[in-house]
Amino acid sequence: MTKSLRLRAAVVSLLLFGGFIAAWHLATRGSGEVAKMSPEYAALMGATATQGKSAMPGPFEVGAKLWEHIKRPFYDNGPNDKGLGIQLGYSIARVMTGYLLAVLVAIPLGFLIGMSPLMNKALDPFIQVLKPISPLAWMPLALYTIKDSSLSAIFVIFICSVWPMLLNTAFGVASVRKEWINVARTLEVGTVRRAFTVILPAAAPTILTGMRISIGIAWLVIVAAEMLVGGTGIGYFVWNEWNNLSIVNVIIAILMIGLVGMLLDQVLARFTRMVTFPE
Amino acid sequence: MSTFDNPFDPNRRLHTTGCSCGRHATEVEHAAEQAAALQSAVTQGEEKRFEGVVASAVMRAMFPQDASRRAFLKSVGAATALAAVSQFFPLQTATDVFASGGPLEKTDLKVGFIPITCATPIIMAHPMGFYAKYGLNVEVIKTAGWAVIRDKTLNKEYDAAHMLSPMPLAITMGVGSNPIPYTMPAVENINGQAITLAMKHKDRRNPKDWKGFKFAVPFDYSMHNYLLRYYLAEHGLDPDVDVQIRAVPPPEMVANLRADNIDGYLAPDPMNQRAVYDGVGFIHILTKEIWDGHPCCAFAASKEFVTSMPNTYGALLKSIIEATAYAHKPENRKEIAQAISPANYLNQPAIVLEQILTGTYADGLGNVVKQPNRIDFDPFPWQSFAIWIMTQMKRWGQIKGDVDYKTIAEQVYLATDTAKLMKEAGLAAPDTTSRSFSVMGKPFDGSNPDQYLASFKIKKAS
Repeated sequence: MTKSLRLRAAVVSLLLFGGFIAAWHLATRGSGEVAKMSPEYAALMGATATQGKSAMPGPFEVGAKLWEHIKRPFYDNGPNDKGLGIQLGYSIARVMTGYLLAVLVAIPLGFLIGMSPLMNKALDPFIQVLKPISPLAWMPLALYTIKDSSLSAIFVIFICSVWPMLLNTAFGVASVRKEWINVARTLEVGTVRRAFTVILPAAAPTILTGMRISIGIAWLVIVAAEMLVGGTGIGYFVWNEWNNLSIVNVIIAILMIGLVGMLLDQVLARFTRMVTFPE
Repeated sequence: MSTFDNPFDPNRRLHTTGCSCGRHATEVEHAAEQAAALQSAVTQGEEKRFEGVVASAVMRAMFPQDASRRAFLKSVGAATALAAVSQFFPLQTATDVFASGGPLEKTDLKVGFIPITCATPIIMAHPMGFYAKYGLNVEVIKTAGWAVIRDKTLNKEYDAAHMLSPMPLAITMGVGSNPIPYTMPAVENINGQAITLAMKHKDRRNPKDWKGFKFAVPFDYSMHNYLLRYYLAEHGLDPDVDVQIRAVPPPEMVANLRADNIDGYLAPDPMNQRAVYDGVGFIHILTKEIWDGHPCCAFAASKEFVTSMPNTYGALLKSIIEATAYAHKPENRKEIAQAISPANYLNQPAIVLEQILTGTYADGLGNVVKQPNRIDFDPFPWQSFAIWIMTQMKRWGQIKGDVDYKTIAEQVYLATDTAKLMKEAGLAAPDTTSRSFSVMGKPFDGSNPDQYLASFKIKKAS
């Protein structure tokens, strides 16, 4: 039964995709011949002006360009022209660095807040003020003080991924069932041991949910940050192709950003399943 | 007393009669005998000569009186004197600094640019080897916008950068940023901009009909902004009241023109030609027709870079000046278009760049126009350009109060440095630092900026 459901869902997905591509193709088809111009003049003009080609690329154009990128993902033609694989690599490396720094800060701090009602109340105002700040609002300040664009991008990733993890860890730790803690207390388990053997496993699913939200936000932010500071990364690639008004490449970059974001999310979803326990 | 005399020589001649050593009746005879010895001295190399010049300057500063210097040298001897002086003054360092063409302080440099044709000399110097010729390993880095370029140069991520020619003035005066001494040793390009309008306005070519238009320029402190305002004001439109002028990044200008959000723009190429190529706009006029030979973009560096790394700065500037001279020649333009069109540089179709650089282009209305100096390249930073820019900054309310036009122009537009390096690179350099020109038929010579400013009917009250 489930198998046939899966099959049917796949068929529907494929039909939707096919329909989308067909509609896209029809909508972007060129209108054929446009105004008459002398051959000398036409030679200086682009296809949009001479053949009435739509400014929006069609699906086959995007497909062909995508294949070109996939064939050569790691070429390096100097500082401003690197393969899509290298650009994605830079972005992932930045996200990972900022994100891991955030994990190192958020989880211990979240534990502290979750276990101590005093710290919870004391730090709450700071967290409430800092949490809603758009990550990109930090960018000028970071550039100005850190004086290094690459580190600034990492800092922005750090600052935006720290809050969901911190709040989820604190919440997970605070809401561990009292009976379990009381049992541990009755058995005279020390504080450190209690934290690692009782609270951590019990709070792990909530913590990982926070981490999963954070990685999603980090991946959203990196593209915008790289468009702003430039240099390398998928965000820079989008900006560079936008300068060139190459919508084909912009579409390809959007597709890649979506795919990588999904992969990152899936990895954390798998971790979450690993630590989830049946009650 | 020449700078090249040796002040460590106690027997150096102090009076004009007789010869310096006393063994000859006249200096001519003395010189003839010394000529042979001097021949060999030349081969000692430049380094020695620079050392001598620096040491002599220091020695003279310490003992301004000839007699006391002589007494000192006689009592201790030249070698001891030199050793004593070097203890208090870093003679070697001073010599290195003085000797332009001496060792480079830094060979790996980063230079930022914005992907527009104005940056041509900065960019082409990389693929065409002008940087390498002077022993520099320069990375040219595409940058997202003018403010980012400014910040990355201030952060020292970039050693030097492509800027708009009003920017170093604005930064030095602290308009729109903190005041930081900036310098502009070379202009990148002259001319090379255009007013592009949306296709639907092809029958409304008279600027008097443009009331209510929405225009875009790339940056507030840009020649684009000042030229557009000037052009509109000359046709009786007040740019602050009758039309709207917004700062928009160049690629978004073409997209906005297509989307019918703006009516036109005064922008750097390739965006004008790109609008024509894509069939969304036409070139109304080239800015060359507003002011033939106007400066546009510039090569800029912080004062700190200029003073702390004089040799590197000299080498970098020489390679830029040579690239600019190469780009000036019409016969090289096609080759340059090919060199700078790849994704690593401008990332544009080569045919678009070729139309801009060769000046044989489609105007968007069905004509092929030939204007060989549509864009031209001339590095000389005339100080009167700076003064004109400041009059317009004041005219439109960007700066207020009294402006010390001349001093700021001299501080920022390093015309004398440029002239010196141009000569060293074997190019003809002008002897003066200012020259007069006219903008839409109105002459300007820079000598009386306030009077010039007062002569405009349309301006912001200040």
